[in-house]
Amino acid sequence: MKSIFSPTQSRAKRQRTGQGVSASQSHVPDWGSLPHHIVLHIFQYLSLVDRARASSVCRCWNDVFHIPELWRRFEFELNQPATSYLRSTHPDLIQQIIKRHAQHLQYVSFKVDSCTESAEAACNILSQLVNCTIKTLGLISTARPSFMNVSQSHFVSALTVVFVNSKSLSSIKIDDTPVDDPSLKVLVANNSDTLKLLKMSSCPHVSPAGILCVADQCHGLRELALNYHLLSDELLLALSSEKHVHLEHLRIDVVSENPGQTQFHSIKKSSWDALIRHSPQVNIVMYFFLYEEEFEPFFCDETPVTHLYFGRAVSKDMLGRIGLNCPRLVELVVCANGLEPLDEELIRIAERCKSLTAIGLGECEVTCSGFMEFVKMCGGRLSQLSIMEEVLIPDNSYSMEQIHSEVSKHLGRIWFPDMMPTW
Amino acid sequence: MAPNSIHWFRKGLRLHDNPALQEAVRGAGTIRCVYFLDPWFAGSSNLGVNRWRFLLQCLDDLDSNLRKLNSRLFVIRGQPANVFPRLFKEWEISRLTFEYDSEPFGKERDAAIKKLAMEAGVEVIIKISHTLYNLDKIIELNGGQPPLTYKRFQTLISRMDPPEMPVETLSSAFMGCCITPVSEDHSEKYGVPSLEELGFDTEGLPSAVWPGGETEALTRIERHLERKAWVANFERPRMNANSLLASPTGLSPYLRFGCLSCRLFYFKLTDLYRKVKKTSTPPLSLYGQLLWREFFYTAATTNPRFDKMEGNPICVRIPWDKNPEALAKWAEAKTGFPWIDAIMTQLRQEGWIHHLARHAVACFLTRGDLWISWEEGMKVFEELLLDADWSVNAGSWMWLSCSSFFQQFFHCYCPVGFGRRTDPNGDFIRRYLPVLRGFPAKYIYDPWNAPDSVQAAAKCIIGVHYPKPMVNHAEASRLNIERMKQIYQQLSRYRGLGQVLAISEALMLDEKAWLTLSCSSPVTPHQLTLGIAHSDLWLVCSWLAMETQFMKPQIHSACADAASRDSLEIYSE
Repeated sequence: MKSIFSPTQSRAKRQRTGQGVSASQSHVPDWGSLPHHIVLHIFQYLSLVDRARASSVCRCWNDVFHIPELWRRFEFELNQPATSYLRSTHPDLIQQIIKRHAQHLQYVSFKVDSCTESAEAACNILSQLVNCTIKTLGLISTARPSFMNVSQSHFVSALTVVFVNSKSLSSIKIDDTPVDDPSLKVLVANNSDTLKLLKMSSCPHVSPAGILCVADQCHGLRELALNYHLLSDELLLALSSEKHVHLEHLRIDVVSENPGQTQFHSIKKSSWDALIRHSPQVNIVMYFFLYEEEFEPFFCDETPVTHLYFGRAVSKDMLGRIGLNCPRLVELVVCANGLEPLDEELIRIAERCKSLTAIGLGECEVTCSGFMEFVKMCGGRLSQLSIMEEVLIPDNSYSMEQIHSEVSKHLGRIWFPDMMPTW
Repeated sequence: MAPNSIHWFRKGLRLHDNPALQEAVRGAGTIRCVYFLDPWFAGSSNLGVNRWRFLLQCLDDLDSNLRKLNSRLFVIRGQPANVFPRLFKEWEISRLTFEYDSEPFGKERDAAIKKLAMEAGVEVIIKISHTLYNLDKIIELNGGQPPLTYKRFQTLISRMDPPEMPVETLSSAFMGCCITPVSEDHSEKYGVPSLEELGFDTEGLPSAVWPGGETEALTRIERHLERKAWVANFERPRMNANSLLASPTGLSPYLRFGCLSCRLFYFKLTDLYRKVKKTSTPPLSLYGQLLWREFFYTAATTNPRFDKMEGNPICVRIPWDKNPEALAKWAEAKTGFPWIDAIMTQLRQEGWIHHLARHAVACFLTRGDLWISWEEGMKVFEELLLDADWSVNAGSWMWLSCSSFFQQFFHCYCPVGFGRRTDPNGDFIRRYLPVLRGFPAKYIYDPWNAPDSVQAAAKCIIGVHYPKPMVNHAEASRLNIERMKQIYQQLSRYRGLGQVLAISEALMLDEKAWLTLSCSSPVTPHQLTLGIAHSDLWLVCSWLAMETQFMKPQIHSACADAASRDSLEIYSE
């Protein structure tokens, strides 16, 4: 950290401001008369509590404490002792912010625990942010999604206060909330020029039409996170229209409650192709939480996914399909597969997914020889190779000890499988 | 004059490989072996009936083995600090011995007793035999801090001299002229109490699946080694349905109470390996079970808050949910997930579950499904699990909940799938949850998906005879993965000491290099990813870093937590 000002500068400052004490009499700088912008700079390194303490030292520092610059960003933490181990933002502080600094807020987030009261408190604060120019808004539930328990009308009206008044919203994170199509319309009507990022995974009240409206109007949208049922061919085409900027990041959650309950539609290859043509660098991140038998509609054709996460079991066949049809794959995480070795599938992935740099395998089986071949083929480009210990099956060619040294040699660094305590 | 000795049993409940006990006897005129039981009434402790029974059986076994040497065990009610002064006087004690206890509270208690003893003119001799190594030496070798990754721990161990050989079992010959004065009313005054005397209702209590005691331990270790020799395979055994059941060769509770010396186990394993494989250097993995135990003891020995999240320098602060109802369902095997409930039932009934079963229920309680604090799970295990001692229990819970040791967490155990893959037929479920016996293998892991006709045929309606699943696992795990990511994104900007050291360890950087790296500029997840390009730990995976676009710019926390004092811009405007 470079020093704020050198000793010679400070003496010069004192002489310029005509502070009485001559350099020979006192070597202690008069902190109380530091210029505001210096104090501001220092304050920006302090935590809020330390700043608050400093603000009661003198009037100058108190004035600086309330400079709008220091109130651009705030994270409201709303927790109840019955539901959380963490403290809450002090209600007096919340009041002070709403009264004195609401109009300065630009980057705001709300962290709520699993209690509905906390989410309601967040909505109350939101409703009061009338004269704001908020750019970033995050509604984050740190445990169970308590925003979902707030009455939908209460939530929507609070949210739309910000949508309507800010007119410069750039990043919005509203996963696991009861946001609906009409609120998205309001968002779009007021912020279509500025919106760059929208994360709304698991928002059950939004329909494909609702999100399509966003894509159609917000041509600056660079990052989008949503659930699979909101994804449509029209959406991908809208995101690829000429007026639209390059999309950087598309996250899709595919979640199923019980096997067979949800029917998953397929997306046409031509829609994916259009997206990639328009945004060749886009990251497409897919999280799957499905039963094995529900994967049929996926990866039948070439799919430009870059990051794949399988949160439950995924079948051998599906991994085979991925090797065939996901040439842009960068990361693959498999929580579980089954009891048959995945050697072939892994080797095919090594062959065909030339961009693969990270792989994680949980409850799967791979023979040591198969694994060695995989490492030989693509070890050089793998920055993450996270294999749980139980995955590797020693065979005639390799024992666990040999695997450790051979893989380390190929990767050029010390490598171990991931271990879990065995006691 | 030949000294009168007391040997103080706490753990180390054995006569074999007990160097402290040997020192008590060596050249002594009299020897009395004591064990303190406090609280006397089990009701005021957190420990369940299996734990108490195991302990009492260990004490009985000690007593009966001491009888063979014309000695006895003295079971004493009360607190050591209160009772020792009286005993020192009454028995004219000049020597006190005990096995070294590495746990922070143990060290504190022992320091107080040592002081007391020295004031009373009693010589104190302490010997290390509950761990393979002198843990302080491991810490010294690691620059004064305990290693926070298992890999680092293994590296350190491999550089050290092998553990000391076990000493010979206490025998009549060794005792020589040393005797134990035993009064007529010894059994009334100092006898081992029964479960009933401690306040337990033993009516209908099934017999112990894991009988306590040194004798049992020594029988088991022979069986354990026989089986290994017969299999001639020292690789980690493949998990199958049978592994879930209590094994007559299982040793972990005996290691915890010290009925079995870990050093004896270590050397017997080594000997057997050399004999069977005809090579002289066994791999470290041979001692897996012992080394994990050692790792957690080492991590805990200098950290009195090792079993807490707050104020524990090595524990990540995770916003766990407080939910007593959900916790109770988990603890009482009423989650509605047969795999979880069967495991928790086995735990409560027998006091032991397979380590993968522990992973499954720990994951379900914490980062997988319920998002409840690992401290709660740890307390339940402390009550029910025979081999759970303070260090190993807390350490394992932190590990499994991804609260420390930089364990990667991409993998979540599915409460349906994991069990199904391990025991496809569902015999384990049927054994411990007889109400579900009528379900076919197809539905036994997720009976709520069974058609009404199947439920009726099984005479078990879900929601009536067996609970519905308490969470939707897909949704819960999706949510919780997001939670974990949020936390680890913030962690990438955290520079608390405990984390720094662990990170530097993980990166195989020396600490200075890391501190320079992190002080010169804010560490972005991108930099961290680059930094770990050469590491084998998945600290901040790029699939996590991907999602950090939203986090610009830095958001200040209102809560003044010294740890989160971090006002640096990660992304410039």
